Amino acid sequence: MSTATSTPDATPRLRRSAPGLQTREIRSLIFVAILLIVALAVLPQILSVYWVTICTAVAYYSVVAGGLGLLMGRVGLVSLGQIAVLAVGAWIACKLSFSTSLPFPIVLLVTGLITMVLGTIIGLPALRLSGLYLALITLMLAGAITVALRTMQFPNGGPGFLGNDPNQSDPVRRPAIALTDVAYFRYTVVICLILFAIALWHVRGRAGHAWAAIRQSEPAAIAAGVNITLYKLWAFALASFMTGVAGGLLAGDVQRLYAITFTTQQSIILLAVVLMGGIYSLWGGIIAGIFYSLVPALLNNWGVAADWLTILFGVGVLQVLLTAPGGLSQQFPRDMKNLYGLITGKKRKERQAMQAPPGGEAGAPRAAVSDGPDQSGVVE
Amino acid sequence: MSVVIDGLTVRFGGVTPLDGVTVTFEPGTNGIIGPNGAGKTTFFNVLSGFVNPASGSVHAFGDDLLGMAHYRRARWGLRRTFQTEQAIEELSAAQNVAMVLENTPGSGSAGSRREAALDALEFVGVDVNPDEPVGTMGARERRLIEVARAVVGTPRVVMLDEPAAGLPDEETEHLGRVIQRIPDETGALVILVEHDMTLVSACCAVTSVLDFGKLIATGPTDEVLRNEHVIKAYLGAEDAELEGVIGNE
Repeated sequence: MSTATSTPDATPRLRRSAPGLQTREIRSLIFVAILLIVALAVLPQILSVYWVTICTAVAYYSVVAGGLGLLMGRVGLVSLGQIAVLAVGAWIACKLSFSTSLPFPIVLLVTGLITMVLGTIIGLPALRLSGLYLALITLMLAGAITVALRTMQFPNGGPGFLGNDPNQSDPVRRPAIALTDVAYFRYTVVICLILFAIALWHVRGRAGHAWAAIRQSEPAAIAAGVNITLYKLWAFALASFMTGVAGGLLAGDVQRLYAITFTTQQSIILLAVVLMGGIYSLWGGIIAGIFYSLVPALLNNWGVAADWLTILFGVGVLQVLLTAPGGLSQQFPRDMKNLYGLITGKKRKERQAMQAPPGGEAGAPRAAVSDGPDQSGVVE
Repeated sequence: MSVVIDGLTVRFGGVTPLDGVTVTFEPGTNGIIGPNGAGKTTFFNVLSGFVNPASGSVHAFGDDLLGMAHYRRARWGLRRTFQTEQAIEELSAAQNVAMVLENTPGSGSAGSRREAALDALEFVGVDVNPDEPVGTMGARERRLIEVARAVVGTPRVVMLDEPAAGLPDEETEHLGRVIQRIPDETGALVILVEHDMTLVSACCAVTSVLDFGKLIATGPTDEVLRNEHVIKAYLGAEDAELEGVIGNE
């Protein structure tokens, strides 16, 4: 297409300037900044150490959820083995922590890379399978990994390659700058922010475009020259890297790890919270992290039986699947916008002008916004 | 600089959608017509690599097309549009078009890819904000964006699968003018599968006719449209549209 000048008569000239930051992106950036300040400066001041530790878990489980959301929402690959991948990451981090004297950030990086290789191997069936079958295969692999971990246990400073000594348990090292729980929380938040930035960079770039094409139509992707095998594995690699680093953060957080905490059921719970948070946006990962770690702790604190959690998540997933496929990360801003509209009365006047029957407070706003632009930028 | 197809046969179980098709496409715009189920889309799918033929060969500009991995064919310069338009809804118009270049090694910087994509969008004459998601656009715009994706950069063979399907007449005319300019301005060989005989007559110097997987005629478009086998194949399929065109001639 070297001859742009030879366009015929009625051809429109397109806007040439590269798009700057959109208002929505600026708003997101401001929101991230506020969230960071709150997390790093405010939370440690107002919360007890116990709740700060819970927030640490929220941070790294957000990354795990973000990875799964990326697989499902971007590429359409369902994995039910992410908690097993997390356990593998945690195991590798324990091993490196006791067997080497690598500094903690390097431990995290190496853990992420090794988990990435293993996770990509787990992703190999994804090249042939999809949907239910892929979910089943990953679930079975997760089960196998869980069984193996039960026998091996986590390294705790013991002898041999497996490094497990049932009669002792040394804690996993933490970075020198983050020895206390509060400092470790801040450290975790920063690492998680970096991981989310890496994910965002992929989603916005060449890989993200290829994933969008694969998800909508594999023939169209191939016709555009997308190597779908490569990009599917790429998605597994990225999600596994994120999950592996999160596993390293988990190891440094709890310091003494037991295989019993990583059950196959957790992978299914993770899927539920990721669906509730929303798979089309990285914000969904953060919401999912809150559901996964904070909500159980809250229920526990209020003396509600843990079984209610499964019921709560079941209802939540139903609600999402029926009314908001984009999850809470899409629904919440939309509802907030409606609420704002209600408060300012703008929408109410419009409704009166249209002589619509006065609706209930809950039902009315959704209808009022259907003409507004979609917040998410993702079209279902 | 031609596309040589020799003895191409495809079998799906007991069905033979393509049966020993031998045809040569010369530079310019080549039409393929035929009743529904004649094997036109299967033919494109073989060239794209979605369907593996039972036998036969395809040599494009001297290169063995069937020996190439399917995604490499787009990088080689084999482009196509689909019968049901396949613009990626989530991506912007510019991203949709630039995607082909992103997946072609050595296609320059992000900035130059964007420039090329905008050139292609202007070439097809689509008046949209190039940074809006395609999902918000109408059928006409999406169709043209898909054509832009097929001609961006350096296409060598452009396959258009019923690009006028579902478009109103004036849009079809616009599309026809765009298709006519593709060979001259991009140097690509165009293969057009279409039911709209006015569009085929306007764009294609040479037309081939498929019927039940067999090539029943090939030659200059006006002669082919008068060929009695072709008329029989179409009248058998009760295609009133062609009857009208032939009646006018």
